[in-house]
Amino acid sequence: MTDQTHLKYTPEHEWLLIDGDTATVGITDYAAQKLGDVVFVDLPAVGAIVNAGQAIGEIESTKSVGELFSPVAGTVIEINDAVSAAPELINTDPFGAGWLVKITASRPADLTGPTFLTHDGYRALVGE
Amino acid sequence: MPETPLQKFSPLHPIHVAAGASFTDFAGWQMPVRYTSDLAEHHAVRSSAGIFDLSHMAEILVAGPGASAFLDYAMAGTLSAIANGQAKYSLLLTEAGGIIDDVVVYRLEEQSFLVVANAGNRLVAAAALSERAAGFDATVTDSSDDYALIAVQGPKARAVLEATEGITQVGLPLAELKYYRSADALFEDLPLLVARTGYTGEDGFELYVRADAAQSLWHAITVAGGSDLVPAGLASRDTLRLEAGMPLYGHELGLDTFPVQAGLGRVVALHKAGDFVGRAAVEFGPAADARVLVGLSAEGKRAGRAGYAVFDGAETDAHEVGSITSGALSPTLGHPIAMAYVDPTLNTPGTALWLDVRGTRVPAQIVPLPFYTRKTK
Repeated sequence: MTDQTHLKYTPEHEWLLIDGDTATVGITDYAAQKLGDVVFVDLPAVGAIVNAGQAIGEIESTKSVGELFSPVAGTVIEINDAVSAAPELINTDPFGAGWLVKITASRPADLTGPTFLTHDGYRALVGE
Repeated sequence: MPETPLQKFSPLHPIHVAAGASFTDFAGWQMPVRYTSDLAEHHAVRSSAGIFDLSHMAEILVAGPGASAFLDYAMAGTLSAIANGQAKYSLLLTEAGGIIDDVVVYRLEEQSFLVVANAGNRLVAAAALSERAAGFDATVTDSSDDYALIAVQGPKARAVLEATEGITQVGLPLAELKYYRSADALFEDLPLLVARTGYTGEDGFELYVRADAAQSLWHAITVAGGSDLVPAGLASRDTLRLEAGMPLYGHELGLDTFPVQAGLGRVVALHKAGDFVGRAAVEFGPAADARVLVGLSAEGKRAGRAGYAVFDGAETDAHEVGSITSGALSPTLGHPIAMAYVDPTLNTPGTALWLDVRGTRVPAQIVPLPFYTRKTK
């Protein structure tokens, strides 16, 4: 179980696990719950150059479609093939096995600034 | 800014909260969208049984010596022809032939009918019926707030209800109750209407009970159901009805839809004697190029959804020939399915069409409805 208190969050209900200049990105349990059962995930290609706020993927449930936004400008260095094959991982383990992409920031300082919400800040946002 | 309308809550709301349900607004009602997983709830109804709270549905009572003649005039079907204890799917039309609501009508007694309308159409349906009752010896009473509605659906639905403590059959035993029939029963000395109807494509029952008895009835059914029965939310109800090819008002049906466009020509009793509201317009029919409802099936996992356009080719200059009204990745079939209105020349099964899924053309083909039919013994 990933320690969620060490994660950073976005108002788009994504989490980041920051390790140096690279962030592992997924969607939160709140987002997964709102979507319902995820049945299809479309992730960007490894090597894709992405901008902060850019839609880089889609997460579809039986009921709706959510977009995956890149939280930071950089390069996609890895995607979670397991979640493409088994999208339900997003529901069962959103902070762990349900991670989606790893992005290396083109400006590492973007990851350390005040851009992102803390765990407490995010929980306050979703009213928990 | 308009005021936020008051949220309405089912008499079963505390049970849903305790069960950890997620809620959605449906026609002003806070209703369970899912309890744990909409896929698990969907599969449970197909393979075992699910219990749904449908207390948001509207119950309108029509009674009096002129009740059956009134309903024949007010609705598209011949309600006078159904027997006591029988139910019929029918339509409430406008003078122009559009659909105000699709309803199920139960004949409770010779001079007493229960009209069950969609939650979102409660007021317009009740108003249309009241207005049309002028000149008939019949009363129209919106009793929606008095009733709770619990549906138990799935191959094990009958066994679950037969095992439920407190339900006493007054009329037919469940095993003898045929599809689209209802029977009077008691739940702990309170009147209970048990109908073999539903909106899932499975065998199942709908139980109308006094609102203040709903919680104890739900509890008794879930105790009897044990692990064979799961509470199921509106998300699974929607994918279940879509697989079963059943229309949903506001998606497949609306004021600008003629019954025949939706494949519901058989619901309109043009052969019946006498006038009914919408008759002249329906006899005249929609325009020759009016779009018609079809089923679409695609491969892969990317579903076309309500509002997405349908094209006659993959090329950018292909023509837009239709629009999806409901669509999902079918949990039972494993591929995308959709209902759509398309140009009438394209309604032949096997016709290749393309769905515009957020900019990507996904190939699909027209298939007969329903997508899913349960295997009967």
